Amino acid sequence: MLPELGQFALILALLLAAVQCTLPLLGAWKNSAALIAVARPAVAGQFVFVVLAFGVLTYAFVTQDFSVAYVAQNSNLALPWYYRFSAVWGAHEGSLMLWILILNIWTLAVAALSRRLPDVLIARVLGVLGFIAFGFLLFTLLTSNPFARHLPALADGNDLNPILQDPGLIMHPPMLYTGYVGFSVAFAFAIAALLGGELDAAVVRWARPWTNVAWAFLTFGITLGSWWAYYVLGWGGWWFWDPVENASFMPWLVGTALIHSQAVTEKRGSFRAWTILLSIFAFSLSLLGTFLVRSGVLTSVHAFASDPKRGLFILAFLTVVVGGSLTLYALRAPKVAGGKPFHLLSRETLLLINNLLFACAAAMVLLGTLYPLIGDALGVGRISVGPPYFGFMFALLMLPVVLLIPFGPFFRWAAGDWRATLRALLPALALGLIAAVLAKILAPALPLRGLAGVAASLWVGIGIALYAVKRWREAAPGRRYTPEMLGMIAAHFGVALFLAGVLITEAASVESDLRFTPGETKTIGGLQFQFRGVARAQGPNYVADEGTLEVRSGSMLITTLHPQKRAYAGGGQVQSKSDIDPGLFRDLYVALGESLDEKTGAWSIRVYVKPFVRWIWLGGLMMMLGGFVAAADRRFRALPERAAEPLSATPATTKPIEARV
Amino acid sequence: MIKRLLPLAVFFALVGLLLFGIEWNKHHEMSEVPSPLIGKPAPEFTLPLLYDSAKSLSRKELLGAPYLLNVFGSWCPTCQDEHPILTNQIKPLGIKLVGLDWKDEPDDAKRWIAQFGNPYDVLITDRDGRAGIDFGVYMAPETFLIDAQGIVRYKRIGMFTPENIRDELLPKIAKLQQSAK
Repeated sequence: MLPELGQFALILALLLAAVQCTLPLLGAWKNSAALIAVARPAVAGQFVFVVLAFGVLTYAFVTQDFSVAYVAQNSNLALPWYYRFSAVWGAHEGSLMLWILILNIWTLAVAALSRRLPDVLIARVLGVLGFIAFGFLLFTLLTSNPFARHLPALADGNDLNPILQDPGLIMHPPMLYTGYVGFSVAFAFAIAALLGGELDAAVVRWARPWTNVAWAFLTFGITLGSWWAYYVLGWGGWWFWDPVENASFMPWLVGTALIHSQAVTEKRGSFRAWTILLSIFAFSLSLLGTFLVRSGVLTSVHAFASDPKRGLFILAFLTVVVGGSLTLYALRAPKVAGGKPFHLLSRETLLLINNLLFACAAAMVLLGTLYPLIGDALGVGRISVGPPYFGFMFALLMLPVVLLIPFGPFFRWAAGDWRATLRALLPALALGLIAAVLAKILAPALPLRGLAGVAASLWVGIGIALYAVKRWREAAPGRRYTPEMLGMIAAHFGVALFLAGVLITEAASVESDLRFTPGETKTIGGLQFQFRGVARAQGPNYVADEGTLEVRSGSMLITTLHPQKRAYAGGGQVQSKSDIDPGLFRDLYVALGESLDEKTGAWSIRVYVKPFVRWIWLGGLMMMLGGFVAAADRRFRALPERAAEPLSATPATTKPIEARV
Repeated sequence: MIKRLLPLAVFFALVGLLLFGIEWNKHHEMSEVPSPLIGKPAPEFTLPLLYDSAKSLSRKELLGAPYLLNVFGSWCPTCQDEHPILTNQIKPLGIKLVGLDWKDEPDDAKRWIAQFGNPYDVLITDRDGRAGIDFGVYMAPETFLIDAQGIVRYKRIGMFTPENIRDELLPKIAKLQQSAK
């Protein structure tokens, strides 16, 4: 009975979404206050029914109702209770439900917090969001009903994919979805601006924190995903450039360009068309990512893939949404360049370069991701370009970004003083180079990449720190740092941590695949690893071979590691579970390979020593923090002086302008 | 205006490509080519019999007549669902049915067979899953159709249903019998 209620709630939500995307837009067009007033109640109603449907599905998982086919496929009796919650989004149908739920949360937040914006604008924004919800609800009901019954009920379910039975995966999808679904807000504002014919500064200012928050969640989601891949997949890698990762990385890249472009549009009035276009792109790439993951055109190995009906539906929806908005853009985009003039050497130019490079990087990732498909289409066979292409191209495109980051805050709007800036940044440059030379002397084996990492990291980190110091000295106490500025500093500092992590890890990791017999000791990266053999271990829904390795430095025991190889009861799937001794400056990482000889008890074991690997995720977290802190700036929520303030007006109270990014 | 249409043009090129991708996938049915083994000799194996672990059965001994190799385990609920289909629909086909008890305790498997019945002509055990790895098995049940020359002709991942027995398995078996004549 309950699952049918859930399905019914979804149908009601669909109808309300239909109302939400028609009447308010019609009202905004005909200027009818009554129709416009439908928007908010429709949002609230849809939210209630979506929450109800999601709740019913969760309840079915928690109470193990195996008469629901989706539950039976992705859960079983032995599944611990905490994974029953995350099992809801463990496969296709449920992750769509999560997508819709998160879209509804964003929409509700926009509806609730937008009282100060003109009603006509909000009617358009909520209408656009309603259309997106409508598309996804229809998709769910037509092709991916999570409440479909399997009668008679099964005695036991199939089990959740063991790779997903991990604490990192409880949080990863919700964070990721919150991020890329969050770009729908910027998208809806862009479309509303195109429909209304103008994009004014007050609106961009109001939209900025939403983009920042969405971007911060996406950053967090990607960071979590990377960390999860690192400790679960057993290869010690942290990024693989696989299509699913790329699907979330492309919106991130465009989103990064977008938050910078929005800053320019809000403060200087320039880049208006560009901001609109990037808003459209960021969300379009989120939809495209959903398509690539769900349709199976690229990832035919994925369990949930390969239903052409689903692929066609999303493609049709994508065509309507993206094709429609780009057509609208072509017809209605701001005709004149607009904004205040700026000099070639100015913060605007730097941000333009940032925008172009990030947009190119996104295009590069898109091209690489679609390459196998292009190969098919041209009849040359399915070829993948793989990590070498991505790694090289990405480094190439990001190199200028890294070099230019410290200049950004120092350069003023309109016209920057490059001599003064260079003088101010000289310590960062000098320290970076000196540290690289020192590193070469201390660790002669460190390849060029590692040295570049040290230098680049210090250049960016110290460059940003110098700016923070400059503000401290020059601005009056109490108004030294706005949250917006602090967020900028934190995020750019995160870039420095990330650079150090990536380049040093990639350059200096020791990776070895070794054969160990019980009692044997081997020296790897200056540490002694002693193998103590493998024993059986019993988990809640698996049995494991558990190895024991003691790690010593000289005679001092550093840690004892227990990598496992688990066989899950439900589907008989085997999952390697590595064990890691984490550290700020190095990780020790061991993964159990294969049993080589049953008589002697020999096993192949993978041992990695990875210096600075944590800094990759620390950098990610710092960037995320920056996004949240910047979004908390009260200025974004300040009452605009006039409801529809002309674009060029910057509130007089917010000097000094140069202090903001 | 033309400049503004550029993003749209690029997007439509992209849609065309993706549409092609869906079409391509349709004609290259994923369910039919999941195994690189199809058309190739089945991997060598010599595995102990379930009911007499002192004796074993190898790939070589099975040459000369086509057979179905059904991978199952007593721990696998879907195998339980498939069991009546094996008994009622596969067994009457008359083709030799070899059961490969995969990653399982032989005693559990014997209990399971005793409880549900035995549709298999012969049962072998792969307790540590080594043969399963050679066959590329990643879940149970999976079934391989292997011809008289020991070549893998067809693979089914997941349980058989009446539909795919009719549409996939029967034509393949018929083809084998034809070429044998």
